[in-house]
Amino acid sequence: MSSNKKYWKSVEELNENSSIVEALKQNEFAQEIPMDEFLGDKDSLDASSTTRRDFLKYVGFSTAAATLAACEGPVNKSIPYVVAPERITAGKADYYATTMADGFDFASVLVKTREGRPIKIENNKLAASLGGNNARVHASVLSMYDTKRLQGPKIDGADASWEELDSQLGDKLKNLGGKSIVLLTQTFASPSTSKLISEFSAAYPNVKHVVYDAVSENDALDAFESKFGMRALPDYDFSEAEVIISVGADILGDWQGGGFGPSYSKSRVPKNGKMSRHVQFEANMTLSGANADKRVPMTPSEQKKAVAAIQRIVAGGSSDTGLSPELDEAVKNAAKQLKNAGSKGVFVTGVQDVNAQTVALSINETIGSTIIDTQAPKMTREGDAQAVQQLIQDMNAGSVGAVLIAGVNPAYSLPNVEAFKTGLEKVDVKVSFNMKEDETGLLCNYLAPAPHYLESWGDVEIKKGQICLTQPTIRPLFNTRQFQDTLLAWVGQDVSYYDYLKNNWSNTSVSWNQALHDGFVAGTVQASTGEEETAEVSSSSQNGAVSLSSALAALNQEGGASGYELTLYSSTGLGDGQQANNPWLQEFPDPITRTSWDNYLTMSKVDADKLGVENEITSKGALNGSYVNLTLDDVALENVPVYIQPGQAPGSVGLALGYGKKAAVQEEMQVGVNAYPLYKEFSATQSVQIEKASGWHEFACVQMQNTMAGRADDIVRETTLEIFNTKDVHAWNPVGEVDYNHSEISVRDKNADIWESFDDTMGPHFNLSIDLNACTGCGACVIACHAENNVPVVGKQEVRNFRDMHWLRIDRYYSSADTFEEETKTLEELPAFDSYSVVEKQSYDNPEVAFQPVMCQHCNHAPCETVCPVAAIGHGRQGQNQMTYNRCVGTRYCANNCPYKVRRFNWFLYSENDEFDYNMNNDLGRMVLNPDVTVRSRGVMEKCSFCIQMTQKTILDAKREGRAVEDGEFATACSNACDNGAIKFGDVNMEDSEIVALKNDKRKYYLLEDIGVKPNVFYHVKVKNTAEV
Amino acid sequence: MKQGKYLNSASRFSLITLALLLSFSSIVFAQEATADEGAAESETTAAAQGGDAAAGKALFNANCAACHKLYSRATGPELYNVTERRDRDWLYRWIKNNKELRDSGDPEAIAIYEEYNQTAMNLFPQLTNADIDDILAYTDTPKPEPKAPVNAGGGAQGGGGGVSSTIILAILAVVLVMLVAVLFLVNNTLRKFAVAQGVELPVKESRKPIWKAFVENQFLVLVCVIVLLLGGAYFAYGWMMQVGVDQGYQPIQPIHYSHRIHAGDNQIECKYCHSSARTSKTSGIPSLNVCMNCHKSISEVADQTSEFSSVTEDYSKEFYDKEIQKLYKATGWDPATQSYSGETQAVEWVRIHKLPDFAYFNHSQHVSVAGVQCQTCHGPVEEMEIMYQNAPLTMGWCINCHRETDVKMDGNPYYEKIHEELSKKYGVEQLTAAQMGGLECGKCHY
Repeated sequence: MSSNKKYWKSVEELNENSSIVEALKQNEFAQEIPMDEFLGDKDSLDASSTTRRDFLKYVGFSTAAATLAACEGPVNKSIPYVVAPERITAGKADYYATTMADGFDFASVLVKTREGRPIKIENNKLAASLGGNNARVHASVLSMYDTKRLQGPKIDGADASWEELDSQLGDKLKNLGGKSIVLLTQTFASPSTSKLISEFSAAYPNVKHVVYDAVSENDALDAFESKFGMRALPDYDFSEAEVIISVGADILGDWQGGGFGPSYSKSRVPKNGKMSRHVQFEANMTLSGANADKRVPMTPSEQKKAVAAIQRIVAGGSSDTGLSPELDEAVKNAAKQLKNAGSKGVFVTGVQDVNAQTVALSINETIGSTIIDTQAPKMTREGDAQAVQQLIQDMNAGSVGAVLIAGVNPAYSLPNVEAFKTGLEKVDVKVSFNMKEDETGLLCNYLAPAPHYLESWGDVEIKKGQICLTQPTIRPLFNTRQFQDTLLAWVGQDVSYYDYLKNNWSNTSVSWNQALHDGFVAGTVQASTGEEETAEVSSSSQNGAVSLSSALAALNQEGGASGYELTLYSSTGLGDGQQANNPWLQEFPDPITRTSWDNYLTMSKVDADKLGVENEITSKGALNGSYVNLTLDDVALENVPVYIQPGQAPGSVGLALGYGKKAAVQEEMQVGVNAYPLYKEFSATQSVQIEKASGWHEFACVQMQNTMAGRADDIVRETTLEIFNTKDVHAWNPVGEVDYNHSEISVRDKNADIWESFDDTMGPHFNLSIDLNACTGCGACVIACHAENNVPVVGKQEVRNFRDMHWLRIDRYYSSADTFEEETKTLEELPAFDSYSVVEKQSYDNPEVAFQPVMCQHCNHAPCETVCPVAAIGHGRQGQNQMTYNRCVGTRYCANNCPYKVRRFNWFLYSENDEFDYNMNNDLGRMVLNPDVTVRSRGVMEKCSFCIQMTQKTILDAKREGRAVEDGEFATACSNACDNGAIKFGDVNMEDSEIVALKNDKRKYYLLEDIGVKPNVFYHVKVKNTAEV
Repeated sequence: MKQGKYLNSASRFSLITLALLLSFSSIVFAQEATADEGAAESETTAAAQGGDAAAGKALFNANCAACHKLYSRATGPELYNVTERRDRDWLYRWIKNNKELRDSGDPEAIAIYEEYNQTAMNLFPQLTNADIDDILAYTDTPKPEPKAPVNAGGGAQGGGGGVSSTIILAILAVVLVMLVAVLFLVNNTLRKFAVAQGVELPVKESRKPIWKAFVENQFLVLVCVIVLLLGGAYFAYGWMMQVGVDQGYQPIQPIHYSHRIHAGDNQIECKYCHSSARTSKTSGIPSLNVCMNCHKSISEVADQTSEFSSVTEDYSKEFYDKEIQKLYKATGWDPATQSYSGETQAVEWVRIHKLPDFAYFNHSQHVSVAGVQCQTCHGPVEEMEIMYQNAPLTMGWCINCHRETDVKMDGNPYYEKIHEELSKKYGVEQLTAAQMGGLECGKCHY
């Protein structure tokens, strides 16, 4: 309609003759009930010792027993507090601002607690300037209720008390015979911790502090340090950007700490006919590439050349790129646009090379970019790769007497882990402060477990000059003690870390309570920190200033790599792997590959064909992939499954870090392969050899499910900025028409409606708006919905059976060709029967990507309501389509009749069931459940409720306070979680509200409007800025 | 589960019997007894002191009772016989302005101040010496001997009454059996007599047995079967509908907490203790520190509590005092030292009202917004000695109320707009909860 583009979700759809695709279009549930499996197996039936008569006896007995048991109601106990805490009222939520800082993810958050236990992470809107919160931040609350956490200190594997630990270690640390004490820690970015560590260094002889980031930004840090004299990372505010040129920087992922989504999205929404232009050069298909206006697949070695070329062109030098003609043109165009944009342009690169990072800083300086902020940089990475390597050498040389490891798991995440292990054996005192007995903890003789961040005090300087505070939201669940408290005890200070912290910030202008309430102190504040701790760190990493010319020369010398160029990345779900034991994150489908519970080698179709590697889709619609073996010098990874990724640069492959963790991870979640051994020299790009291995890997990939019955043409609407600005709305966002009385009328005409309408003019009427321009597909909403609505985790096998329970899914669509013109032309020129397959095959090389969050559309004329035989689905006056679980008998007619395929069926009992041993199967994990939302049972249909518990609460609060509800008060879990501003929720009966403005926007369209179900969710047409100059 | 409510019916019956049998004499005796005691009391007090003990009692209750008791230590020391322990002039000075006395360095005053954890006593400069005399007259009243319980004798007699009624019943039964036996014997004798006299006894015709006739009448069988089935179905339905409905559920609680005494006799507002009902989803079982707000100084029930109530014949003062001791044990309160030991023990109440998890109910919506009285759902709580579930708490019961109840909208700006619109739509001024959308499934089930 809006364009002639063809959308597709899976490679298999390109095959016109695929019976699987046809079958899946027609089938709501790909999997039949496995009756034949047990009834068809004659042997097992014969082997059974239960005769028919016995069976009937058992049935009779159990029925009678159940009936008798049902006569007596259970006796429930209610145990109130003896002394109730002042702040806690049963049944009411409290919110606390705090800060997450696990060394990889840094975020200021608001924690919702009920009856004193944290149940949900919300965005701290006061601290919006500190960046966005990703899916892992939202899921981190479940990691606190992790059964695999250490429950108390241990000495040599035996439970011990803190007093024993303190007395033993106090002696040992003082008597190391001249050997050094090394603190190997995560990036704390905490002024108070830095001060404390310097005090510790003063109190004990020969202390060294080594900061280690599992996923390193060492090169960017070095480049920034040599230019600006501070070990930090530049911050970016993309909201005013006009041109964003990225070479291998996944700005919407975890590049340089991440969190750039909100400002990026701001620049992507067309305002006054203008929006930013984003060109992405990259090897793997990343979120950033998927959202870019133009994405150019490029191997890592080519990326280095591109960085150098862009610098030269921007500086007005030679325009010889040394790249292939197509890439050459793309790079030149990008450089030109960047130069034209001037201060509103920005150049970013994720090439892990100090030269490239130096050049990037210089490009931004040349164009005078105001997007980059080097004055108040980000402090979220401090890791020093050289220092870590030095430490391993020192340990092996036997000069290290004690290692204190806090927040990092080097025995899992170091590339040269064997050297680390042998070195560690030579160390006398090994102390782990990690939350779990992980790979490193297993090698340590002292375990001094630290609490989760939701149980801790702290301060975090995410951005220079902005201090975020961490405060506990629950008493420590286990016998844990903060790393800082332990240090305080060891330096002999008789204060708690809380007092220490408070004392450090006693002389700020903002009161302590106000700062705790807000979660942060803005502006430039200086803590009364002692010695600048970073000085010590930086001295060891001083490379001397990198001159620009030598950097450029080095970049250009980059020869073609032998073998496949591997780019290691951190996945949206697991990041660096710290939360690998979090079932929400494991079940979270990757935004690009839509695969959960796995990591895999992403490979281009060309290379896959070359290697004979295949992806196949089984008759049930599940995805299987071939295995390959990877070798890099002496490291070999065997049986790595391959996922054929459209848009992957030929000659390159990608693999996610953070998987394959075994220690302190539940068996079900020990999935994937550990890619850290390939992360040599902390460089994300490596040259590897690949050979095919035998066997098939079973993926839990949801991309083939929930097809919209082949009606994909009108689901995602896209247009270009040019058309959007110049053409009439009907040209790019037409409303469907139907025949009525021999003339065409709009589907919005009341004569096109065969239904009798509900009266929705009174009271609130909720609508949800989703802006496809602002949505980056980050998936924070998916996890927020999971947490808010007690959505169960079903496990890998069930996801593979298409029985995942996500109420909110983010569909990812590929479409062909770079530009609309190109595509239309190809369609016109080719013979009628060829065009389909040719266009699709072409698009395989570099498809465009669109993300579309889909949840229950809350149709005003809902097809599900009419087919329910027991009236378990009602329509509320507020526009909500209300699913009544206790009334549902599980016929699944509604799911069959839903055009959007958003209904989820509880095939099994997912709570308190050992078959599904995830968080709902243990007392600890159940503490995260939202008490306001029913935990559904087996045989019940469920779906998005528009978070009716939240809208009802908003209404009740207003009633109780005797006032009207104000604009912006109504929210759902997804709209709250979306700090990109893509999902907005509100009452359309409220005049002048934001949602009314969004509803009247000309970009608005409804999903499958032609079928006349009148949804209460609407989308905004995606506009792409395709102008080349 | 429901045993509690009918626990005492047997003894109650016996007491009624007792009352019928022995009414006049015992009542007269009781009245005399009380009158005598009262007279004796006033005589002793008047004779012992110069002050007026009755006026002193009023003053004591108004000024001192919050912290002092006569015969036991509270926030301050027990005051019985304080005149013997302290000098009267010292007492005047202490009561009027104890701070001045302490500041003057009086060792006695400082000692007492230290003994009571440096808790300063209020100053009472408004009291005259005469007032203080009155109070001291009252405090010197000796502890009345535990009154011979008015119905103690009655109780014993009541027990006798119980026995006698059993005997009466037994006698009646014996008489009945004897009558039957006599009749049988008479009949037998008469028959023998008749045979002996040669009187011909009428011979019964052998009729078709009624059950045979019934079985042969197929129509009647059919009708009976239908009636039986319908009747059976009716009762089965009735029985099944009460499964899971716990109306009247009245479990025995770990501490015998009497709502009658608190909400009824003492008129304590429900939401004083169940404070979260105003703002939260749950009404909240009060935490024990709420109890201790009052019970720090109320360590025993007043005499009247068990004396003048018609329901409490089974609950003596001793019984109630023991229940308060349970509270002290749970909170770790030591009334002797007036301090917490820190050893607490949670009380495991038996939950009475329990909605299933799939039903959402919010107290504040009903209590604060709608202004519904607690009693509307929970029944006459102020009369309940033992709490029970008053309403069936079924969905039909909820829905009925939502259909019938007008929403209280006056003076709440939230409702202004929607009231205007809805009253136009339905053509009524008052809107029910149902018209507001209170019957939609999703309003309570999510």
